[in-house]
Amino acid sequence: MILDLSKIFGKSKSSKDVAKERLQLVLIHDRANVSPQFLEMVKGEIIKVISNYMEIDESALDIQLTRTKNEEGDRVVPALIANIPIRNVKNSGK
Amino acid sequence: MGEVLVVTSGKGGVGKTTTTANIGTGLALAGKKVVLIDTDIGLRNLDVVMGLENRIVYDLVDVVEGSCRVKQALIKDKRYEGLFLLPAAQTRDKTAVKPEQMLKLCEELKDEFDLVLIDCPAGIEQGFKNAIAGANRAIVVTTPEVSAVRDADRIIGLLEANDLRNPKLLINRVRVDMVKRGDMMTIDDIIDILAIDLIGVVPDDEKIVVSTNKGEPAVTDSKSIAGQAYRNITKRILGEDVPILDLEADEGFLVKIKKMFGMKTT
Repeated sequence: MILDLSKIFGKSKSSKDVAKERLQLVLIHDRANVSPQFLEMVKGEIIKVISNYMEIDESALDIQLTRTKNEEGDRVVPALIANIPIRNVKNSGK
Repeated sequence: MGEVLVVTSGKGGVGKTTTTANIGTGLALAGKKVVLIDTDIGLRNLDVVMGLENRIVYDLVDVVEGSCRVKQALIKDKRYEGLFLLPAAQTRDKTAVKPEQMLKLCEELKDEFDLVLIDCPAGIEQGFKNAIAGANRAIVVTTPEVSAVRDADRIIGLLEANDLRNPKLLINRVRVDMVKRGDMMTIDDIIDILAIDLIGVVPDDEKIVVSTNKGEPAVTDSKSIAGQAYRNITKRILGEDVPILDLEADEGFLVKIKKMFGMKTT
């Protein structure tokens, strides 16, 4: 009953969505043979470079290794997707 | 010249042997000459699922070691014209056969049969390597569970690394009631994740247990929904264009299936 109510108010995700998200995450590492530490290192470097030009929200930064179709759409290729929220662009470059 | 099709999954217990038995029998019913090879040496089961366990004299290891001729080891299924089984050895292990020997055996059987179906053991070690050695087509069996889908992904990678391009996905034991509740991944979710083509969807069906109890593949049971799914898959393997069941539509699953097969829906 509690579960049903929370569904109506749209507060909890269905268990299959949880399954899908967990799978997508675990497969990123399975496929790329890349450790979470490696990704953390990449993340750290990206923050360093971008911080020279912009003020970013480090806590909300999200970086993932995933798979996507290539431009021709005939092959699946690995892709690095980063979501970096910008707080402020520094003007020192002008 | 026939084709060699391997049925594999990575994870155990998702229905490789049941799938092999049903597709094999389905292909024989469609008039093809088919041989099923059980490569699960030490844990053979295709013989009992097929109901042929009492007729084994020689096995796969006897054949590759040259203790008998291939023809002597093939068990002819008397119920279905053109259906044969080459059983695995039960008292040996996977190392008793090498990939080169399997390749040679498959080449030999291809001349004689329209289709050679290989039931692959679970895992990615020697047994898997043996099973795929002579294959030119592959079906990856999974169920809508994280563990099975994860292993399927790994197997797809290994098949492609071994030049078995374009493997097809079979999603087994789908429970429509759970899918509707949002408690089981949908067909689209799984295809989204694995990014390969679908060959078929087999709904969870108690009749599979009953047919396995008897040693009669469900594909021969006109009342079994899983049997119907396997008949459709058989047609797709032979190149026919049969629509995949749409589980996400609003109308009931049973209604939809019945409609699809032209039965009364009331």
